Amino acid sequence: MDNVMRNSGISFKKQSQTKEIWRRFKKSKGAVIGLVMLVIILMILLFADFIAPYTAATKQNLANKLQGPSLAHLFGTDSYGRDVFARIVHGGRTSILIAILSTISSCIIGSALGAIAGYFGGKIDSIIMRSLDIFMSVPDILFTMAVVFALGANFVNLLVALTLAYFTNYVRLVRSQVLNLAELDYVEAARAGGASSARIIASHILPNAMGVIIVNTTLNVSKIILYESTLSFLGLGMPPPAPEWGLMLSEAREFMRTSPHLLFFPAMAIVLTACSVNLIGDGLRDALDPHLKS
Amino acid sequence: MNELILDIDDLSVIYKTDLETVKAVNGINLKIGKGKTLGLVGETGAGKTTTALSILKLLPENTGKVTSGNVKFEGTNLLEMNEHEIREIRGGQIAMVFQDPMTSLNPVMTVGDQIAEAIIMHNEGLSKGEIEKRIDEKLTMVGILPSRKTEYPHQFSGGMKQRVVIAMALACEPKLLIADEPTTALDVTIQAQVLMMIKELRNRLGTSMLMITHDLGVVAKICDDVAVMYAGEIVEAGTVHDIFLGEDHHPYTEGLFGSIPNLSSRTKRLNSIPGLMPDPTNLPEGCIFAPRCKYCMDICIRVHPNTVFDETHSLKCHLFDGKLRRDKQEGKSEKQ
Repeated sequence: MDNVMRNSGISFKKQSQTKEIWRRFKKSKGAVIGLVMLVIILMILLFADFIAPYTAATKQNLANKLQGPSLAHLFGTDSYGRDVFARIVHGGRTSILIAILSTISSCIIGSALGAIAGYFGGKIDSIIMRSLDIFMSVPDILFTMAVVFALGANFVNLLVALTLAYFTNYVRLVRSQVLNLAELDYVEAARAGGASSARIIASHILPNAMGVIIVNTTLNVSKIILYESTLSFLGLGMPPPAPEWGLMLSEAREFMRTSPHLLFFPAMAIVLTACSVNLIGDGLRDALDPHLKS
Repeated sequence: MNELILDIDDLSVIYKTDLETVKAVNGINLKIGKGKTLGLVGETGAGKTTTALSILKLLPENTGKVTSGNVKFEGTNLLEMNEHEIREIRGGQIAMVFQDPMTSLNPVMTVGDQIAEAIIMHNEGLSKGEIEKRIDEKLTMVGILPSRKTEYPHQFSGGMKQRVVIAMALACEPKLLIADEPTTALDVTIQAQVLMMIKELRNRLGTSMLMITHDLGVVAKICDDVAVMYAGEIVEAGTVHDIFLGEDHHPYTEGLFGSIPNLSSRTKRLNSIPGLMPDPTNLPEGCIFAPRCKYCMDICIRVHPNTVFDETHSLKCHLFDGKLRRDKQEGKSEKQ
């Protein structure tokens, strides 16, 4: 600022767009806390093997079962004597990976369909939206369960199931955005400038809808983390003995009264992860909106 | 007028919905000579913008429809072109400047990128350096520092944005520029600046222009020819001289000029043409202006007037039925 003042009115303050967004992102305390939390969580998950060996998460040791937190077992042990800390550290890997991948795939498929439906309108719109109604007429959880049951529970099938359950949100969201954006003057101006439909969608409409899409995507990641936990809680997640947060919760149910830590730690892991992603999403929404520049 | 760049012949456009059919443009003829500027004047809803949009085939697909007529650009009919061919014309040969600069720039693209887009679309295979050079050139041309090309539209003022929009439109050096009320959204001082700039650029680049406006001052300053549009019809057309200084006028044109506030006369109320434009879903059978016309005769209500011509001047009014040409010719022969 000083610099600008000194050079008087003629000089312009130049800042790159990413810097600008980062500056505004930093302003929100919640978003920074969320980011720090998420980075820590991701680092822990990434270096899980160095923190606790995978075998500790799967190897049964009935002599040590249901121990409370101690130095040897930071978060205690479960009913099979497995180390809860190791299971959390390794369990998050699949959960988060599935959450991120299925969010990305549903976002891409959904946004593309939504943009096409909203931009072209008419028959194409009707066909896409009516087929979507079929998807949406079945409750999400039922739909996902049906897919997992039919295809069998493994990584890829979970991804497919979650994508199919969530892409509909993006279609509706992006379509409504595109309906508004397509009416705007700069889209008309681009058309008058000779731009093709594909170009208009790619370079004028989607970038303007990006803020909403990104925010929705981050918020969706936390939703899918919860959702995926729900699935594994119901026994439809990755097959045991693979550790998973939802599965751990479901196993802990029986021992809730005697060993509450079995419930507490995986629940905390889920809550903290979802919460940090949500905080980041909120911060991004404010940071990405060019109208709120200050 | 020697060589025509744009020749609109008997163009009619309707907007059709399930409920009603709006006759937006009804059989208009417009001609623009090479390097000339035509001013299309008329009140809001007269069909000026619809005319402009139909030239580039930009009418809303679901409702807008051209029912008759030709739009010839350098001899080829634009209306018969397919989507791919017309895209080549748009922005390359014919460019358009929209009314509101606040909304005609994409808020998430830098102005440089937006100008670049227009250039790239019509000049494939240009190197990055060449494109950058052209962007700088265009920005300088409209009086903006090239160093500002990395900024976003919200960092510009309204007048600056309109300059950027004009730079975009002129990026590929089009032969015809359609300016749809380019100064309406600007304040008066900026209007004058932008107009002068448009005029100067037009003269320098030799671009022909279709200037849509409802500001007669703009017409006087910039245009060579004028067409007055009312309820989808051209009621009077001619050179600026015919319209501003000639004696014979369509009553609507008279009303338009009459409603310009006069500094020297001390009227308390502003003059206006009484009444409203007819409902375009239900146009009157006779002359479209008859319900508001102070010279309205019996024939006006029953019969739709034909266009009467002088050399450059044309009128669509029963008052001048069979008179205009003869009168003028007689007047001329007397002088000669």
